Amino acid sequence: MIRFWVRRWRLFLVGLSLLWLGGCGHQPTVSFNEDIRPIFNERCVSCHGGVKQSGGFGLVFRENALKETASGKFAIVPGKPGQSELLKRIRHDNPEWRMPLEEAPLTNEEADLIERWIWEGAAWAPHWAYQPPREIAPEERAPHGHNLIDDYVYGRLVGKDLAPAPRAQKSVLLRRLSLDLTGLPPSPALMEDFLQDDTPGAYQRMVDSLLNATAFGERWASMWLDLARYADSRGYERDRDRSIWQYRDWVIDAFNQDLPFDRFTIEQLAGDLLNESNDNNLIATAFHRNTLSNGEGGTENEEYRVAAVIDRVNTTWEVWQGTTMSCVQCHSHPYDPIKHEDFYRSYDFFNQTLDHDHVSEFPSLITHTKVNQAKLENILGHIAIAGDGAQVQAWRDRLLLQEPRWRPHSFTSVQNAVFTDRADEDYLFVRNGAQFQPPTPDIPEVAALHLSYRARTGADLTVHLDRVDGPVIGSLRLSDRSWQSRTDVIPLTTNPGTRPIFLTFSGQEGPILADVYGIHYQPPLPDANAPATEEVREMIVQLLNTRDSVRTPVMVEAPPAMRRTTHLFVGGNWLVHGPPVRAGIPKVFSGLDQEETADRLALAHWLVSDNNPLTSRVTVNRIWAQLFGRGIVATLSDFGSQGAPPSHPELLDHLAVRFREDFAWSLKALLRYIVSSATYQQSSSIDPELYALDPDNVYLARGPRLRLSAEQIRDQMLAQSGLLSRKMYGPGVMPPQPDGLWDAIPYSGRRWVTSTGEDRYRRSVYTYLRRSVPFPGLTTFDGPNREFCLSQRTTTNTPLQALHTLNDPIFQEGAALLARELMTEFDDPRARIDGLFQRLLFRKASSLEQQQLLDLFMEARGQFQRQENQLNPEIAAMTLVVNTVFNLDEYLSKT
Amino acid sequence: MDHQSEAQIRRAALNTRRLFLRQGLLGMGGLALGTLMGCGTKTPPSSSTAASLAQAYRFAPRARRVIYLHMAGAPSQLELFDYKPTLAKLHGQDCPPSLLDGKRFAFIQGTPKMLGPQATFGQYGQSGAWVSDLLPHFQQVVDEVAFLKAVHTEEFNHAPAQLLFQTGSPRVGRPSMGSWVTYGLGSENDNLPGFIVLASGGQIPSAGKKLWGSGFLPSIHQGVQCRTEGDPVLYLQDPDGISRNLRRESIETINAINRAQYEQLGDPETLTRIAQYEMAFRMQTSVPEVMDISKEPDYIHELYGTEPGRASFANDCLLARRLVESGVRFVQLYNWGWDDHGTNRDTSLRHGLVERCKKIDRPITALILDLKQRGLLEDTLVVWGGEFGRTPMQENRGGVTMPFFGRDHHGEAFTMWMAGGGVKPGVSYGETDDIGYRGVKNRLHVHDVQATILHLLGLQHERFTYPFQGRDFRLTDVSGQVAEAIVG
Repeated sequence: MIRFWVRRWRLFLVGLSLLWLGGCGHQPTVSFNEDIRPIFNERCVSCHGGVKQSGGFGLVFRENALKETASGKFAIVPGKPGQSELLKRIRHDNPEWRMPLEEAPLTNEEADLIERWIWEGAAWAPHWAYQPPREIAPEERAPHGHNLIDDYVYGRLVGKDLAPAPRAQKSVLLRRLSLDLTGLPPSPALMEDFLQDDTPGAYQRMVDSLLNATAFGERWASMWLDLARYADSRGYERDRDRSIWQYRDWVIDAFNQDLPFDRFTIEQLAGDLLNESNDNNLIATAFHRNTLSNGEGGTENEEYRVAAVIDRVNTTWEVWQGTTMSCVQCHSHPYDPIKHEDFYRSYDFFNQTLDHDHVSEFPSLITHTKVNQAKLENILGHIAIAGDGAQVQAWRDRLLLQEPRWRPHSFTSVQNAVFTDRADEDYLFVRNGAQFQPPTPDIPEVAALHLSYRARTGADLTVHLDRVDGPVIGSLRLSDRSWQSRTDVIPLTTNPGTRPIFLTFSGQEGPILADVYGIHYQPPLPDANAPATEEVREMIVQLLNTRDSVRTPVMVEAPPAMRRTTHLFVGGNWLVHGPPVRAGIPKVFSGLDQEETADRLALAHWLVSDNNPLTSRVTVNRIWAQLFGRGIVATLSDFGSQGAPPSHPELLDHLAVRFREDFAWSLKALLRYIVSSATYQQSSSIDPELYALDPDNVYLARGPRLRLSAEQIRDQMLAQSGLLSRKMYGPGVMPPQPDGLWDAIPYSGRRWVTSTGEDRYRRSVYTYLRRSVPFPGLTTFDGPNREFCLSQRTTTNTPLQALHTLNDPIFQEGAALLARELMTEFDDPRARIDGLFQRLLFRKASSLEQQQLLDLFMEARGQFQRQENQLNPEIAAMTLVVNTVFNLDEYLSKT
Repeated sequence: MDHQSEAQIRRAALNTRRLFLRQGLLGMGGLALGTLMGCGTKTPPSSSTAASLAQAYRFAPRARRVIYLHMAGAPSQLELFDYKPTLAKLHGQDCPPSLLDGKRFAFIQGTPKMLGPQATFGQYGQSGAWVSDLLPHFQQVVDEVAFLKAVHTEEFNHAPAQLLFQTGSPRVGRPSMGSWVTYGLGSENDNLPGFIVLASGGQIPSAGKKLWGSGFLPSIHQGVQCRTEGDPVLYLQDPDGISRNLRRESIETINAINRAQYEQLGDPETLTRIAQYEMAFRMQTSVPEVMDISKEPDYIHELYGTEPGRASFANDCLLARRLVESGVRFVQLYNWGWDDHGTNRDTSLRHGLVERCKKIDRPITALILDLKQRGLLEDTLVVWGGEFGRTPMQENRGGVTMPFFGRDHHGEAFTMWMAGGGVKPGVSYGETDDIGYRGVKNRLHVHDVQATILHLLGLQHERFTYPFQGRDFRLTDVSGQVAEAIVG
């Protein structure tokens, strides 16, 4: 009874306040995003969401929330709290009726908020991340701030008993800056310059010098290659080689040249679709050819092509939009306003390329040798004499990409031939008497047929017009060099135009004669009768069959005749087709004209357009996390409603707007801006009390202190011991690793052949990465195997890491080299230990450190002197001391 | 536990550490220790997941640890456990179209022929379990075992099917079963990783290392592969000339400087690093010790058929027993090569299969007997199986009959068995049709098998989740039912 009266009384009060508010110009006082959505997400959407809509009621889309529910009642009637079933149910006295079921009821405050919100019209607002970023001037002014970043950060410190930390020591600061910008510690000379330079702008000069170092691109490439899931092998069982290192080099160059991020985006997603795309633009598209491919015997290539396309969708959305699209593969998003069909609309963008999980990795860009490059220029020069620009471009594509080709899927009237799309048997196997009809040409004039095939026992091929026994218009003797892949040109005596043609094969009875990959229709060469044409024809055949070129898998859009129809996959099952869908972005976004023929290029342009609320935010957040170890949005890959809300929303938007507008997408400008802030330059020291106040350093009252990445740990040691090679680019290298790691990979003859010379000591970004057994120096320190897009490496702290830096021979080699140098440079052990600390940590050893290391040195030297085979106990003992410093927490961390 | 209280405990542990490290050296040996923290796998889950973990402990556990014997390549149930006299009668006849229509096979094309059992069967034990003469030793222990006769999977290629079994998804990226289990239950020892993998048969399984990867779980939960040749754990061995004593001195130096660093800067990660260097030091002794089977008595070698110094499945089985005895939570064995297509002698049912059975028959029997005589079988779950089964038809890739008797991949029905760890002994669960093509009674999907294993460990598979990319993931994905009938 008492409870009843309390409730009545409370309702009365709410009513009063509503009346009062109502008279006040109808200014809504309840914010959907700040007040209401968190309650819905926390308490309601697991049953009333986008997938599960119990009682026919879901709270992800407003239209679902306002419609009639299964019971015939309306849960929410805008402006009418009394008629809204939702309010009745959350306040119901009977636990069997009260929502949420079998859980604690909503608090009175929560219920009141919802009531007020309904009364005010139940306005829905898009999730914060779907609204464009806006600059809001900071409310506070940081006492010793350098730029606006510090003001925004200070604004959150106020009232939390936290204050900005003082600036880090100069030596600590430069080491941090250098590791952050270049992945390497500063050289002794650079450190000396900085320590000596007390003039204003000294720090800025360091920043510029490090931003302009070639090491910059190598360091930031490591971050991007995790997102791009770059590896030197294909994944799954056999995990064959993949030659895609030109893409890695492209990324390094793009960072070094500060390719604006919008351009960086467009080239990687759609470089092949640009007008007059060059080789570099094509190599950029290898971004999406880093998907896994499955060569296990018996696997269906279409299944793994589908898996690759799905991965391209998920990766694109994660990298640029911080959106977890993978949920939507099987059903509508449980929490975010993205529908099941939206996944397949995105899928359609990526479903139109010619790659198909084939063992050849077609289509690939051929990077010709110098000799062949000259031939190519020669051919194109010849075509340019009589042909137009489009013809030159078409021939260029043909000779660099070998596309397009009609595959056996499209052949009809097939006899005495078997097509399988399994693993490395993805060919049409032709036997004696084989015949088939390829699709009618999609160009008006066909001068020749190009047949791509894998040779077996050889065959005579004839091309017939109109009927399988129609007039012969071309013929060819196929190669019998078993297993050699070839493309041969079959000149046609009559242009078939749109008339049907048939291919027939004859040869030895019994065995397979050839494995047909596909055919291409070649238009006539312009000026076909010129004297040079015969020579040109020969060069064309040569270029189509070069073996000494570098081939990089790239994206190539299918010509209109080869386009696929995209269907929704019911329940995410690729074998169960739903209705057809066309490319487009989820309806919650705007700015991509849905009517136009949307392709990857349109998608890429939309991602970096002013209409896109996410790209800039997601990107600045990644960069921020690289420097501070934590994003302003902690969930780097999820900006949706289940992701973490930003710790500093105004700062995030400020950086996002700056990056896009003022910095015109320049990453170097963005980095310069962030590292110039006082926030970045703070000391990272903490005492336990401060630590207790903010263990994760969310509020940034101190500088970042983080364990170095796998690459940084190895590269730092190589650089400071003097082992590091600064050679850039090229195929992945194989520095020493324990024997036998690759022995056990099934069906694979590939061996880890330890590199010689300077290739043993290259930066880690050049280490060959085999997905099934990656380099231990990478994985032990949380480097990924690059199977999928990874936004954030988790940092672990394991005994295997200790064993690695203690015992990996490369750490011994580095320690020994440095020990020898210290021996020649300094006379006594104390001086050597001081020299070592200066060299590695840019500071003097403390007296405790001195004593500890000296004791260790003496003990070790004594032991080594008693060992018979120990040639130089002094050096051996110093080597152990150096390795000990390699293992210090301070050395393994950015401080 | 939150960061703060964790840091407090670490600080409290700090003072005892030096002593602890010395004790480890002074003859307590590696294996006996096991209290304080130190091993990463004992780190409690973060507070955000603690709630879901608590909910997951819904049953009293029957099993405390698992030995999982995975026969990579998929052994034929029709030659080992699933006796089909009717199939013998149909031998050599064309496969009826009803079994082929709308089906996808890895290699079979056109119309294959039916292939009768290529082994002789008998019934053994009180339970009268059917076992073929390829496993004569195993016939003696059938009363300890629960057979699952109608397991099924939708994957019919090795790598995806192995991934489905070990991670719950046919695509890479999810945590493996061993990672889930050590994440959920922690480690029982301080000197060894909680999840150890041993591979025999010359190769690792098709899906490679990701079968013991930790996916999105913290990487301390990933399986550590102990190699039987070379360093059992990478970089375990100190460089030439560094004695144990000197290694201890160097680690103590590192830790002393790190302690001073911690006192000055206050980063709790530094304390964790100190603990991990201590653990590394202990592992350098405990891992080679546990991996060294040479000191086992003769009768044990006789029982398992082990030969110290030679990599074999038998050695791995004995190692598995030693590891669980030392408190390792999850021991995963892979034995490669069970892919009997009949393309050559080594992959034929009459030759290759027979040889492989000889190599596992004694060890699997010994493992059960040995665990039992030590009282470990009660709470150690032993699981045996492949990633799918094999067709009742003879394989005919490219439409051509193979030179030897072999069978194609088949996910519709195959046999697994479990023993110990609360499993009802001497039962057979599930039935297939007359030719062993489909399960007709008590079928168990891969996710059901996983749900059952977790159940035996006291983990409720539907509540045992981990949030990642906006979704709560679990080992059994979105399905899985516990096979209550085999829980004792």
